[in-house]
Amino acid sequence: MRLARRHGRRLDLRHGRIDLSHGAGGRASAQLVDEIFRAAFDNPMLDRGDDQAAFDVPAGQMVISTDGYVISPLFFPGGDIGSLAVHGTINDVAMAGARPLHLAASYIIEEGFFLADLQRIAHSMARAAREAGVAIVTGDTKVVERGKGDGVFITTTGVGLVPPGLGLSADRAQPGDVVILSGSIGDHGVAVMSKRHNLGFETDLLSDSAALHGLVAEMVRVAAGALRVMRDPTRGGLAASLNEIAQQSRTGCLIDEDRIPIRAEVAAACELLGLDPLYVANEGKLIAIAAPEAADALVAAMRAHPLGRDAVAIGEITADDQCFVQMMTSFGGGRIVDWLAGEQLPRIC
Amino acid sequence: MKHIDEYRDGGLARAIAATITREAVARRHYHFMEFCGGHTHAISRYGIEDLLPANVRMVHGPGCPVCVLPVGRIDDAIALAMRPDVTLCTYADLMRVPASAGRSLLRAKAAGADIRMIYSTLDAIHIAETEPHREVVFFAIGFETTTPPTALAIKLARQKHLTNFSVFCNHVLTPPAIRAVLDAPDNAAIRIDGVIGPAHVSTITGTAPYQSLAADFAKPIVVAGFEPLDVMQAILMLVRQINEARHDVENQYARLVTARGNMIAQLAMAEMFERRASFAWRGLGELPHSALRLRAAYADLDAERRFAITPTATADNPACECGDVLRGLTRPVDCKLFGTSCSPESPMGSCMVSPEGACAAHWTYGRFRDRARAHAGRLPA
Repeated sequence: MRLARRHGRRLDLRHGRIDLSHGAGGRASAQLVDEIFRAAFDNPMLDRGDDQAAFDVPAGQMVISTDGYVISPLFFPGGDIGSLAVHGTINDVAMAGARPLHLAASYIIEEGFFLADLQRIAHSMARAAREAGVAIVTGDTKVVERGKGDGVFITTTGVGLVPPGLGLSADRAQPGDVVILSGSIGDHGVAVMSKRHNLGFETDLLSDSAALHGLVAEMVRVAAGALRVMRDPTRGGLAASLNEIAQQSRTGCLIDEDRIPIRAEVAAACELLGLDPLYVANEGKLIAIAAPEAADALVAAMRAHPLGRDAVAIGEITADDQCFVQMMTSFGGGRIVDWLAGEQLPRIC
Repeated sequence: MKHIDEYRDGGLARAIAATITREAVARRHYHFMEFCGGHTHAISRYGIEDLLPANVRMVHGPGCPVCVLPVGRIDDAIALAMRPDVTLCTYADLMRVPASAGRSLLRAKAAGADIRMIYSTLDAIHIAETEPHREVVFFAIGFETTTPPTALAIKLARQKHLTNFSVFCNHVLTPPAIRAVLDAPDNAAIRIDGVIGPAHVSTITGTAPYQSLAADFAKPIVVAGFEPLDVMQAILMLVRQINEARHDVENQYARLVTARGNMIAQLAMAEMFERRASFAWRGLGELPHSALRLRAAYADLDAERRFAITPTATADNPACECGDVLRGLTRPVDCKLFGTSCSPESPMGSCMVSPEGACAAHWTYGRFRDRARAHAGRLPA
């Protein structure tokens, strides 16, 4: 898009900072939107400059999902708050088996925030959205006084279209169903923790932040009828998602510790920090619950996709009126994998 | 993971379990108290009880510093933190410990108290340095293992001439607590046949302090590491001692623990700390010479003196059986509050707060077993 030069002197994207006028709704606000967000996101729906984006609604079922991002630090190995805000909401839409169509983005920016950082975040969002093939079509910016925010908070909302006949929901797991995990767990949480200022440790590990709708489309293509539940195990990790599914479906779940892929770096960092990787956040992984007869084909299809290379069946749904998620430990004993009590890692997404 | 996985090997665990089952004499029982919450956690986390024969049972001991800290000390810490000039630095495990009147450090923080969660005593020193106008108090807690880092902070505060740093000292000692458990008149009811001692404490103190305990009570003691295979091996060593009618102090954790321990750490502790005449333990009551405080030479760094704290005595919730759980008299599942009004999300008693607490460990990892033994008696015979 070629931006009409309508604001006089351009924003100082090298040294400039957000001030209260950028949120006041006047020329400075318009300039901020034009020179940072519209320049980065570059699509005709946004360019129309309306307070809403208009699009035709296809026939069938649509889903909508919204998520707030307050991660600290804003930039971390393998991503930043911008790419995370795109991937996270696309994934929430995709977990219904849906094809994501559009995103809306809302920013709460703290006075004093560097414009260069905001532009870097906008570019990162634009790249993530472009790679995912999902446009950011409307948005909002607000500015709060210094000390009333923490740099920037982003909320994204996504809409998507569910293929006909698919009815995924966390209340549909049945005893005997297979629990499939798309890859290694804990990468995102540990990568973020490694950059916390009071906890910094050296690691080459990257966040797994990624948009999963391509993988989901492949799974739907292969086994639409057999898929019952999909979840992306973000906050609270694998443990929280499995407990949610067990609780909503009124079933139990039994997983095998030996089968859960965990990178050596993640295992080592968790050991050091006293964390259980089962509870550490992921941003590019999914759990699928599927009928047993389709499990092998599903795992094979997932492994053929770059984001599901390490996909593996880790356990099964059991009949259990107390909805326990249990695990056979590598050591040979059994244990519960309980809900997380309290907060293991604050502000991880 | 190198140096970790070899101590969590399921095949080796089954081999040791088979040996324990073979050597444990069927007609007798083997009740072992793992003193330390770290062991309690490992036993629950890895499902070690599933691997043991029915006559070898573990009794969870009071070695969880969060669990034995009396409510009054948390009340005192909250009172300190509510002072507008004070920044209280604490390890995260203390944040949710219930104080009196439904309070906790977490709630005090939400109400405006300046409470910071730290990972190391050095973080507290750093805060004191960078915020010289704040009175920075470090909420020190733990057994002999965490005392040397507190000693280091005190040493650094002196070196840096910090005038705004102090320590609210709640360090406690392992041997007096083991003695209290073994010496209790109701020990006949618990019938503890042997004790697993914590290796990390012994890396500091050595194994020597256990000699008199083993001799006085004629009970074998094995100092063991915290990996599940360490615990399994310690159980086997205890079974063998009992079969051979021995009551020695043995060292399973020879890869780090020596008889004398870490003399440098012991000297630092002796220089800065002295034993209190008595200290109240939750569940165990007042125990003589069981805790540390700063010596007079370091009075300016002692928050109790600096802020003239007079210890608050606060009674526990009368329905809470943490006291009996900590002494092994009651299993968590036998407490009326367990899993009803007391759970890790809303703990009533301290044993439910720390992941090392007996109740939290059983709730979090082991409560599925209660279905099988729903009709069992209060304690194993």
